[in-house]
Parts: sequence; C-alpha cells; structure tokens
Amino acid sequence: MPTLFESFAARAQAVSAEVHHFSTRAEGLEFVLDLVRSLEGDRLQPSFAIWAACPFLAGLDEAALTERAPGLAFQVTRASAAAASVGISQMDLAIADTGTLVQNATAVEQRLVSTLPSVHIAILATDAIVPDLTAALGRLYAADGPDRLEPQKSEGPPPYLSFITGPSRTADIERVLTIGVHGPERLVIVCVDELGGGQ
Amino acid sequence: MSSTFKESIDEAVHNSNLTGALGRFSEAYRESRAKAYEGVDFEAVRTRIAEIKGGAASHLDELAEEFKKNAESRGAKVFRASNPKQVKDYILKLAKANGVEAIVKSKSMASEEIHLNKHLEAQGIQVSETDLGEWIIQLAGQRPSHMVMPAIHLTREEVAEIFSKEVNERLSSDIPRLVKIARRELRDKFLKAGMGISGANIAVAETGTLVIVTNEGNARLVTTLPKIHVAIVGVEKLVPHISDVVPILTALPRSATGQLLTSYVTMITGPAPNTDGSLKDLHIVLMDSHRTEMAQDGKFQQALQCIRCGSCLNVCPVYRLVGGHVFGKVYMGGIGTILTAWFDALKESDEIQSLCIQCGNCKEVCPGKIDIPDLILELRRRLVKDEGQSLKEKAIFAVVNNRRVFHAMLRSASLLQKPFEKDGFIRHLPLFLSGMADFRSLPAVAEKPFRDVFPLIDQSAVVGQARAAFYAGCLIDFAYPEMGSAVVKVLNKAGIEVIFPEEQTCCGAPARYGGAYEVAAKNATDNINALLKRDVRWVVSACPTCSVALKHEFSATFESLGMHDQLPRAAELAAKVTDFSSLVRSLVDEGRLKLKPGADLGKVSYHDSCHMKRTLGVDHQPRELLQLAGYELAEMKESDMCCGMGGSYSLKMPEISAPILARKLASLEATGAPLAAMDCPGCAMQIRGGLDKQGSPIRVRHTAELIAEMVE
Ligand code: SF4
Repeated sequence: MPTLFESFAARAQAVSAEVHHFSTRAEGLEFVLDLVRSLEGDRLQPSFAIWAACPFLAGLDEAALTERAPGLAFQVTRASAAAASVGISQMDLAIADTGTLVQNATAVEQRLVSTLPSVHIAILATDAIVPDLTAALGRLYAADGPDRLEPQKSEGPPPYLSFITGPSRTADIERVLTIGVHGPERLVIVCVDELGGGQ
Repeated sequence: MSSTFKESIDEAVHNSNLTGALGRFSEAYRESRAKAYEGVDFEAVRTRIAEIKGGAASHLDELAEEFKKNAESRGAKVFRASNPKQVKDYILKLAKANGVEAIVKSKSMASEEIHLNKHLEAQGIQVSETDLGEWIIQLAGQRPSHMVMPAIHLTREEVAEIFSKEVNERLSSDIPRLVKIARRELRDKFLKAGMGISGANIAVAETGTLVIVTNEGNARLVTTLPKIHVAIVGVEKLVPHISDVVPILTALPRSATGQLLTSYVTMITGPAPNTDGSLKDLHIVLMDSHRTEMAQDGKFQQALQCIRCGSCLNVCPVYRLVGGHVFGKVYMGGIGTILTAWFDALKESDEIQSLCIQCGNCKEVCPGKIDIPDLILELRRRLVKDEGQSLKEKAIFAVVNNRRVFHAMLRSASLLQKPFEKDGFIRHLPLFLSGMADFRSLPAVAEKPFRDVFPLIDQSAVVGQARAAFYAGCLIDFAYPEMGSAVVKVLNKAGIEVIFPEEQTCCGAPARYGGAYEVAAKNATDNINALLKRDVRWVVSACPTCSVALKHEFSATFESLGMHDQLPRAAELAAKVTDFSSLVRSLVDEGRLKLKPGADLGKVSYHDSCHMKRTLGVDHQPRELLQLAGYELAEMKESDMCCGMGGSYSLKMPEISAPILARKLASLEATGAPLAAMDCPGCAMQIRGGLDKQGSPIRVRHTAELIAEMVE
C-alpha cells in the first residue's frame, strides 16, 4: 500500500503539479527561497513573489527572508498580486486520491496569491493529507456519522473554500491540453513533515 | 421536417472540421472516461446521484426555501425567480444601481438559456465571457457546439483569426500563444469589471453553499475580483446535504472530461472579503423557469437529475456527426432535446427529437441515470398526440395495424420487385422500408416468406419434446427467411420442437418509435394472443429489436396508455422471451447441443447491435458460440457503436445514417476479417447493404446461420 503522501504525490504529478518533500521546515524554507531566487534571476522587481500570511511563517523574520530573496514581499494586495510572478501560501488539507489541495481561502490574500501570479507555491503539512473528498469535508465540517457530514451547527462551512488540483488548464482550442489560462501555469507543492497539523 | 433543418444537418455533416474534431474526441473520450472511473463503482455512484437529485426534484420548493434561509443567514441575498424575465430585470437593476459598466462571466448555462448577455449589452453594459471556449464563441458571434467544449468546432487557425481581429495584431495559430493572448486580454477585464456573474454546479440547501467547478480558474477570479458577485442557479442544482456533493463531484469531472477532479472547485457560503476590505455583495438568483413543471411530470422529472456533464453527447453517434448547432439551442443532444421541449416548448423539439436513433449509448453512461432515449420516445408520443402524424406515416401505420393487410402487401411486394432484383439486392423495398437509400443496397423481399417455408421443415424427430415458439419479426419473415430456418435447425438439434404461430405480426417497434402508441399496443395485443396460445417453454427471437419489444416494450406501451389490464399477459410473455444466442449458449452449456469440434473457420468480427448489447445486456454469449464453433474473433473498434440502421431512421435521416454506416464499415474492414457476424437482421441489412454498395467481399451473417452450419 502506498502511503497517503505517495498517492497524493502521484495523483498531483499526474495533473502536472510539481511535488517536493522535506522533513523539516528549514529545508522547505530553503527550497522556497531558492526557487524564488532562481525564478527572479537578475530582474530587480520588488514584490516579484508575494507570500500570504500562514502558520509556516510563524516566528520567521520576514525582513530577513526578503534579504535572502530580494523580490519577496509579504504585503498582498490586489495591485501587488496582479504584478507578482510568484504567489506563496499554505494549504489546510490535501486529498490523496485526487491529488487535490484544500484551503479555507476566505481571506482575500489567500485567493490573490493563488490566482493571479503565474507560479503558485503551495506549502502543505504532510500529515494534512487525507484519503478522499469525504474525509476532507469531514475534517472541514466535522462529521457526526459514518456517511453523513453535518455542518457545524454554529458556523457552517467557511465563506470561501478552495480545492486546487494541478495548475490552471484548458483544452478549449482543438482539445489540445494547455496549461496556464487564467490561473497559475505552475503549481509547486512543498510538503513538509515537521510542520505539525494542517490547521 | 423543414428544409432549413435538413439544410443545417447537411451543412454539419459536410463540415469536416466539426465532424473530424468531434469524431476524434468521442473516440478518445471512451478511453479517458474508462480510465478516470478505474477503481470507482460507477453504478453505485450514479445510483446515489439519481437518489439525491431525484429526491431533490420532488422537493424543489422546500429546498429552495431552505437554501434561501441558510444563504441569507450567512449574508447572501437570494432571489427566487420564476421566469427568465425576472432574472434579467433583477440583474440589470442591480448593475444599474451600482453603476456597473463591465461584467465578467464564468460559464453559466442558465444565463445562456435566458440570453442574458444580449439583454445586458442592449443596455450598454459590456459583458465578457471568460471561459476560453465561451470567449472565442462570443467574439466569433456564434453559438456553442458542445456543452462542455463550446468551441470544439473551430480550428486553431480560425481561433487565431478571431483573436487577431480582437487585438488588432496578426497572430499565429500556435495554441499556447493564443491561450496567453486570452489570458492577457481577459486579465484586464477581470481587474476592471464591476460585477462577476457565475453559474453553480451544485447548491447545498442545508448550508446555503454554492459549488462551482472549473479548469481554467476563471470562476475564482470572477468570484474574487469584482465587488459584486451574482450566481445564476437553476433550481435543479439544489441538493439537501453537504455530503451530497461527494458523489456529484466524483462523477462530474470523470464523465465530463475524464478528469479525477477539475483543477478548481470553489465552495462559496455567504460573502467573503473583497480586495478593498469590504464584504462581497453576493446575490444568488434561484431560477425556476419550468423546472417545477417538469418536476411535477411523472415521466420527465428524472431529467432534472442531469448534472450537465455532456457525456451523453460524447458517446452519441449522431451528435458526433452533426455537433450542437443543429439543435438550435444552448442545450443539445438527447438531453438538450428534452430540456428544450420543457424550457422552450414541446413543439420546439419536434424536429430535433427526430435526430435520436435510439441506440442507448447515452443511457449507459449518464451519471444522472436518466433514460434519455425513453424520454425522447415520450416526447415523440406527446408530439404525435398534439400535432398528429404525417399523412404518409398515418398510411403506413394503418397498414401495420392490420396484420392481414400488412402481410398481403409484403407478399405482393415480392412479385412486384422481380424485374429490379439483382443478386438478391434491390434499391427499394416497398412500404415500411421504402424511401431514399442511395448509400446502401436493400435486400429483396423474399420470394417465399418464412411463414411459407416453415411448414416444409421436417421436425418429426423432435415432436413432443420441449417446445419453443419462434417469433420471426418482419425482417426475418419477409426478407431473410434463411435466418429463421437456421434458428429452427439449431433448436431442433438441441431436441426442441419449434412452433410458428401464424398470427404473429409486427413487433410494434416502428409504431412505437414513431410515436404511434395505439398501433404499437394493437401489435402487442395481437402478438401476445398469438404467442401465448399454445403452451411453450420459450419464445425465441433472433432479432434484438423484436426481443426488446416482446420483453420490455409491450408492457411499457400498455403503461403509457393506461392499459393496465393487459400487463399480466405482457409479463407472462416477457418471462418466456429469450434471444437466440443466450438460449443457445445455455443449451451448449447444459450439453443439450453439440458443435462440431476442431473446426478452424478463420476470422470473424462481431458487431454488437444496440438493443442486443444495451437493452438485453447480451454480448459475450454470441462471441463464445462463434469461438466454440471454430471461429477466431477479430474485434473491431467500437464494436458496440450503432450501425446507423435504427429501423426507419435510416430512411428518414439518410444523410446521418450513411456516415454512421461508413464508420462502421471502416472499423469492420480494419479487422481484416472476411466475415462479420451479428444477431440482428436489421443491422445485417444495413451493413450488408453498405458492403454491397462498396463492392466489398466481406460477408455478413446472422450468428444463427453460422452456428447452424456447425451443429452436430
Ligand atoms: S443527461 Fe446525463 S450524460 Fe447527459 S449531460 Fe446530463 S448527466 Fe450528463
């Protein structure tokens, strides 16, 4: 039996997502900074990459990160997202059997970084991978029965819930699969083991 | 049928871009769909969807109220509209009140159904479709040709042409480059629009949640960037529970595009923040527009189980030839015909319903478990009731209604045709087979019908043993009596005495498929009386269309007409009916019938008849028999795809029947087998006629004939 991570990675890669796996947060961070630097090259553009607030950043010195990757910014606005080439955010859950990332994207910054830039780097705690959609909805809405998902009486589902499976795609011209229409043309998933809990 | 309708068909079948693209797609689709469903119990999933959506359809009003209450408690504004005008007025007023000048839309069939764009544009509001295919169509001023892939009929060169005009720049036909242009052009529109309009694939009543499924990511932008979001949702999208989204999201992407899940699924429950910190002005328009009426119709309620995956189009032999434009509406194919009949008017479906050849492919793949072919027949029946039958059809069915007259005419036909006959083929068969058929030869009416051949068969060796009644059907009786003789020979060898009740008549399929249910009912009654007169263990038919009529349609016809007193007899007959190959296969298994061993008869390719495979569910039995007899199976591509016969369809729609047949012949020829076997005399007539016309040496035989040669 493949592990949840292995199934997830295989499914995600099958739909053209890139999947990277690290055991520590430090390694994951190194990878993200490297990637941003390599994409940036010698272009000098502030807000080349924008990073939406997330648990992964907790305790990290943002200014120090920007020093290491000069295009990196943490201020996410409509304008910065429209101009940025890379968006970075952390996902809440992932679904193994479809290779899907799940995020409560109610905060508009979370949506901006994953829709407008052409590269989306999605950080994921490895233990936030669940087997299937039912399990994902169960985690989000609290299940009270085996086959029945009851919305939490008090709050119900979050206003904006995003499921992302691979990069943006179309086959609308002659059925030729083309990656990157309105959303990102690259989805880079960074799985980190010792991030602890998805939410 | 109007000449403009015929012209639009003609234009479509001669549009090689269209038929090429759709043809290639439908072939690839089969495989990608099968792959996507690997490890998923499709029957279980669709049964669940049918339960959920069928249940929802009987509670539309309550669900709409519950949805409204819950969505409003989360801060959305919900407007229940009973007709398209209310929807359009509401949105226009909202746009005006907020000074909206530009709107971006993600795909919404409900908005297309009510021609929303035209309405808003007439008021000076700029509306941009943002789904790539929809945008192309919008720029080209055309209509979608497919529900999921609206621009599938356009080539990359045509798209380059369309985009070049829009951006005032000479563009090459490089697809990734064209997609980039669309991204650039539409990005600007997203950022400037004052309102976003979307549809929804599912609306969950218990939470007030909208579920929107896309691949391109345009719906995420439509619902994020503009400050106002309007979702137009047909009430048939309502489901009670959040858990109900699981089976629908399991089936929709798999059935639509062979994906496990689309790139994006968005679930919206009340307003989320805008980019300026304000809350989204979220309006949800629940549109009824005849859905409730439909839900109250016992027969058509099931059509609300549709999840708009488009797979019924992808497997349809007619759709892949003519595309969506001939349907003249946003909804197309079989389900489109049904929706048009309700959302517009029954009369609007009059011409397009005739496109259905009743092959049953759609029913087999529909994740909403809708019996589309049956609903098309029901439309036909109601149309005939409302509009009456054409004079020609009336005359035909009047004859078919009376066995004596009908059979007398068929007999005299065999004399009349004499001078034209050539090697057993003539160009015209009288009456029910008359009409234009340049693309294939037709068989001669037999000099001696099977009913005259039968009494000459010596059955003395098996008299008094197990008894079967043989139901020949018109084609075997009057065109292919040799198939009937083969059946009798095989059954006799198994120690079964065959009787042939003389009063049997047409199975009623032509009348039923033509909407003449009274005639079909008369045929049914006559046949039941004839076939149940003497005690028999089996009623055997070697024509799948007849078997289906005897087994399933007699009772269905009686039910439609409210003739419930006839049902027990129909059931009694149905229980005895068996098709030739299934019966013979089991006789071999039981050791009652032996085939000559050790024969090496070469290759045969087996064609699955629509009714045999999909209604009777028989496909391996005839293949096994042929193999046991000593043939080597050479499977053709799409062996269960319709041959284009469809009874009188091939005469009413020769321009469609001919290319469907051509595809079948090409698949057959590609196998290299010198022989084609099938269990249906109708298919045999179509395929043999096509081969004859082409001068092909491939022989066509009924399975019964091939087996009869090899029984010991
Ligand atoms: S009728 Fe069935 S197959 Fe056709 S679009 Fe609807 S759900 Fe899909």
